[in-house]
Amino acid sequence: MEVREKIRHFITANFIISNEEADVSFEDHENIFSLGFVNSMFAMKLLNYIESEFGFRVDNDDININNFKSVDNMVLLVNKMRGALT
Amino acid sequence: MITEVAGLIDEARAFAAMEIRPYAATFDEEQQISAGLIRKMADKGYLGASFPAMYNGLALDAVSYGLLTEQIGKACASTRSLLTVHTSLVGEAILRFGTESQRMNWLPEMAAGNKIGAFALTEPGAGSDARSIVTAYRRHKDKYVINGRKKWISFAAIADFFLVIARNGTDISAFIVDAKSPGVSVVPMKGLLANRAAHLAEIEFCEVEVPEENRLGKEGFGFTYIVNTALDHGRYSIAWAGLALAQEALEAMNAYSIQRKQFGRKIFLHAPVQAIIAEATTGVHAARSLCLRAGSMRQTKHKDALMETIIAKCFTAKLAMKVTTDAVQVHGGNGCSKEYPVERLFREAKILEIIEGTTQIHQEAIAEFSVRQYGMR
Repeated sequence: MEVREKIRHFITANFIISNEEADVSFEDHENIFSLGFVNSMFAMKLLNYIESEFGFRVDNDDININNFKSVDNMVLLVNKMRGALT
Repeated sequence: MITEVAGLIDEARAFAAMEIRPYAATFDEEQQISAGLIRKMADKGYLGASFPAMYNGLALDAVSYGLLTEQIGKACASTRSLLTVHTSLVGEAILRFGTESQRMNWLPEMAAGNKIGAFALTEPGAGSDARSIVTAYRRHKDKYVINGRKKWISFAAIADFFLVIARNGTDISAFIVDAKSPGVSVVPMKGLLANRAAHLAEIEFCEVEVPEENRLGKEGFGFTYIVNTALDHGRYSIAWAGLALAQEALEAMNAYSIQRKQFGRKIFLHAPVQAIIAEATTGVHAARSLCLRAGSMRQTKHKDALMETIIAKCFTAKLAMKVTTDAVQVHGGNGCSKEYPVERLFREAKILEIIEGTTQIHQEAIAEFSVRQYGMR
């Protein structure tokens, strides 16, 4: 799976169950935290996932909700971190 | 387990037998663990057990740290809670989110026991709903100013500094606050059900100035990342604490059952007592498996390590309550007396179902995880 697909898969696998869930869909540029389908631990889960799945540690300076709020931004972060490692 | 770690755990077991267990009832009665014990634990390196060596830590991995926590927790829950608060909650948060300067400034001092840290999140009106804290901060020139009140803060009565979680509007941030700062007042909490020796206190902050360099992490990320990270480490510690209490209670009830005679026979020989012991033993083995599984997933940074830690914490806390209750039952009237340790273990177990997230809050998270994991066919 590509980075984008992996991240999308992780996000949808962690949406909380709700009555409206059948209608849940989101675009890669959308702010997932404003959709209301994640709980308070999701941001931590996401950080842990990005670090473990892609094999790097996110610097404190990059632990910024903006870097995690959309699939597009997370892909940018992963590519940036990978670039920094090579 | 590598030989070096196995030796350290054996040494911790011996340390607990010599320095902690014989005094646990006294600590409970006097409502304080001694400064001398904290010094000895620091000298052993336990207060920085999970910190990297470069910060004077023992660099234990998650499983080894859990095993150490178990040995201390078997002997005395209040003493173990020093590891939970000082090392896991505060130390790990600084390790993860501190600048290099903050890490170098605080972690070696914490490992050496020269600076004791407490985690100041809970308030009179904000427990499970931690996001609703009202302790406020505002920026004033190159400083922050904090006002508010925290409650149920373990080790606050003797702490040298607090990791304070405060809000400014919708932003929640974390600050390292010197306990001697002007405007800080600490009132010890006495007469508690358990954790009596853990120096719990209320803290009041009245126009307390905090230098900018003492903000931990970015402004506004205090809850999302710092509180969640700290509580994750705290829950891992409590998972082992639950196992520790259950194991200690099991050992106590077993020993009592082969010594105590009723109706002319050792009570162990009565089938209902054997059923209790069998159930407790099975539960303890299951709890140990969950703790080890969570620990090993944390070491490999598995994506579900956070959830597995919650599952372990939830299970061991409930198990500790069950096994300590059964241990009191096996002891009969003697179990209701402070002359027998199971009376204290029973009280201590209740706390674990509440701290670092109640069982009910965690069950909600586990159910969400479960339906995703096992409900999508």
